[in-house]
Amino acid sequence: MELRGKKVIALGERDGVPGPAVAECASRAGAEVVLTLTACYV
Amino acid sequence: MGLEDQAAVKRVADEHGNGVVVLLGTPDAESTQTLAQTVVAGDPSYAGPLAGVPLGLPVFHVFEPEVRDQVPADVYEAQVALMEMSLDREAILAGLREARRAGATA
Repeated sequence: MELRGKKVIALGERDGVPGPAVAECASRAGAEVVLTLTACYV
Repeated sequence: MGLEDQAAVKRVADEHGNGVVVLLGTPDAESTQTLAQTVVAGDPSYAGPLAGVPLGLPVFHVFEPEVRDQVPADVYEAQVALMEMSLDREAILAGLREARRAGATA
């Protein structure tokens, strides 16, 4: 799977990798981030 | 996944169609499986906007080598590496494989 050119939904999690960090990886790999979320389970 | 988040994912998937992939940053196998199932086959709790809505989106995790290899090393190091060291990467990826198997046979 090549990220370049893909539209990415970045689903991070507070206790894992947060959404903005996932989104940064995707965008720097050449993808277009169309949604960024950080789930929080307590 | 929360109800508002499900609604947002559904809206974006409907807007953008087939070219959308999901990239996870989940911290364990269970949350990985649950989120993957939600965006592939629908909300497993049948409570949210994705209940009974099989979006069938391709799902990947940011810890997967094929993802990591596409991210500039300095970016991966700054954004992900610390969490990757502190979490059980193999269990997370096993959970993702299981979710993909389940999705493929659903």
